[in-house]
Amino acid sequence: MKKTYKIEVDCANCANKMEDAAKKTAGVKDATVNFMTLKMSVEFEEGQDPKAVMQAVRANCKKVEDDCEIFF
Amino acid sequence: MNKKQKKMLVRILLAAALMVLLQFLPVEGMVRFALYLVPYLIIGYDILIKAGKGIRNRQVFDESFLMAVATVGAMALAVYEDGNYTEAIAVMLFYQVGEWFQSYAVGKSRRNISELMDIRPDYANIEQDGKLLQMDPDEVEIGTTIVVQPGEKVPIDGLVVEGSSSLNTSALTGESVPREIKTGEEVISGCINLTGVLKIRTTKEFGESTVSRILDLVENASSRKSKSEDFISKFAKVYTPLVCYSALVLAFLPPLVRMSVLGLPADFGEWIYRALTFLVISCPCALVVSIPLSFFAGIGGASNAGVLVKGSNYLETMSQTKYVVFDKTGTLTQGVFEVNAVHHNEMEQGRLLEYAALAESASSHPISKSLQKAYGKPIDRTRVTEIQEISGNGVMARVDGVPVAAGNTKLMERLQVEYKDCHHTGTIVHMAIDGVYAGHIVISDRIKPGAKEAVAALKAAGVSRTVMLTGDADRVARQVAGELGIDEVYSELLPEGKVKKVEELLEKKSGNGKLAFVGDGINDAPVLSRADIGIAMGAMGSDAAIEAADVVLMDDDPLKIAKAIRISRKCLRIVYENIWFAIGIKMICLLLGALGIANMWLAVFADVGVMILAVLNAIRALFVKKL
Repeated sequence: MKKTYKIEVDCANCANKMEDAAKKTAGVKDATVNFMTLKMSVEFEEGQDPKAVMQAVRANCKKVEDDCEIFF
Repeated sequence: MNKKQKKMLVRILLAAALMVLLQFLPVEGMVRFALYLVPYLIIGYDILIKAGKGIRNRQVFDESFLMAVATVGAMALAVYEDGNYTEAIAVMLFYQVGEWFQSYAVGKSRRNISELMDIRPDYANIEQDGKLLQMDPDEVEIGTTIVVQPGEKVPIDGLVVEGSSSLNTSALTGESVPREIKTGEEVISGCINLTGVLKIRTTKEFGESTVSRILDLVENASSRKSKSEDFISKFAKVYTPLVCYSALVLAFLPPLVRMSVLGLPADFGEWIYRALTFLVISCPCALVVSIPLSFFAGIGGASNAGVLVKGSNYLETMSQTKYVVFDKTGTLTQGVFEVNAVHHNEMEQGRLLEYAALAESASSHPISKSLQKAYGKPIDRTRVTEIQEISGNGVMARVDGVPVAAGNTKLMERLQVEYKDCHHTGTIVHMAIDGVYAGHIVISDRIKPGAKEAVAALKAAGVSRTVMLTGDADRVARQVAGELGIDEVYSELLPEGKVKKVEELLEKKSGNGKLAFVGDGINDAPVLSRADIGIAMGAMGSDAAIEAADVVLMDDDPLKIAKAIRISRKCLRIVYENIWFAIGIKMICLLLGALGIANMWLAVFADVGVMILAVLNAIRALFVKKL
């Protein structure tokens, strides 16, 4: 399953870091962050609850870039 | 400017004013330090907090950390040495100015580009009891009649049932000449109605309409990243830690060597200063922001010209196109076939056409459509039975119980019917009725206006070889290719044959040159996805082809192919300029910093200045009108 979320982040490098952090989160198969359109698309692993996984993704992103937000 | 940017601007101005003011205050010692601390904290408090959080989360190598270390270090050096705090504050100030500018410029171009691509209709008008009701286009069902007034966007694809008008299609196709439309014609959503009121019966749901499909495509476009973008994010990951460690080495190794080996004074202050300069230069922001921005602007500019690119990776691949393979029908020729001549034996001309039209009545192939058109009367399908389509050969059927075969020479040979060759060029439909040769019908296609110029423009854009594939007869294919100046022709290909040919060409081609395939039909979808880059002609094209393609030309003007390639080349040139420029300047500044020639001011320029220039350069990718 693939979903796209709106994000808020100020710098392009931070967006790259968010992408890395999201990719490493358990339950996430793949993730891309698009700094220009401020969107994060996440592909979830089979049988994962997107809401729960996104909580973890947000927590991990906050760790690498405090000044970011994901809307879900 | 958003709230965050306004607040930052106030902080920048306040800190700058305070800093200037303090220059005129004759205070010394700790009081001086305390006073200078005020503007420093005003401008840099968030950076310090972020750096602290970064350390706690074990993310030490980020910009905030670098800036915090560099400026705190400079402050400490100033306390210890000459009380010159201006530099630390100025560095922080410039850094924040740069960040502010970046956020402003990126935000602005983001808005500009999104506006360019914004073709989303907000509502659909529905007439109810003589009044117009505005409805969410999502809720309009297929077959509903909607009203589009002058100045409004057509929200959903459909057929005009009443009224005539001219439509501005520039948001979709980049074409500025309005398109005339009248009752009975199809309209696609996203066009702007200019003159008359149109009543349109919708043929699709909003979600399936052209406008939604395009928006979907554009929104997902930049999630496919190009190699240059991957390179830059990998580079940034290595670059920052590398510079930090180098800074550490620079701060301590030379002084230690001076002390122990050369017997000179250690001069820690000087070397630490150089190391701090290193840290300021190390921020990879200029690179990291300018590359995706260039691609984003390139994709935005292209879509404004009626060329939809599905991702930055495709823009990158397209810029390396050396081979362009065309499907003939619908791309180079209009795909509108016309019956040119009927050469009959004993049977009357009209009868022959009637048999042909009836036999081909089940097929949606352009050839059968042209036969039906030439026949001109409504077709009574009940007269036709046992229709059998033989791919690449033709059709066999029983018309009024009489076996009729209509197709090419292969079909005639297969049926062992003796046929006569035709001296006309065009697609020849041979007819055998009741097993006896009855004559043939000549159908020809017209070359698109601009097709010849398009092939020439491709050559001028650096394409080394043009190839045409077609299912048509060899003679027709050669004539068209000769007229257009195409290098290679492969004719009489079945749909699978086209895939095989493209695979062969892919194997044969040399070096890094990429192969682009341009097509429009349903049969092209496998070829479109097989080629390095698949380009679909939009307006006439099938949904399947648009799905499988990497680049979609919104109208079917073949000149757009060369334009798309030129746009991609310009965008990639800007990307490389930015990569070389930003890395180059940083390397030079690092070197000068290590030698002690560059001070922190130059370092700030290397960081902020390069970023500003790179962002401005990236925006250039948006301007493609004159290409």
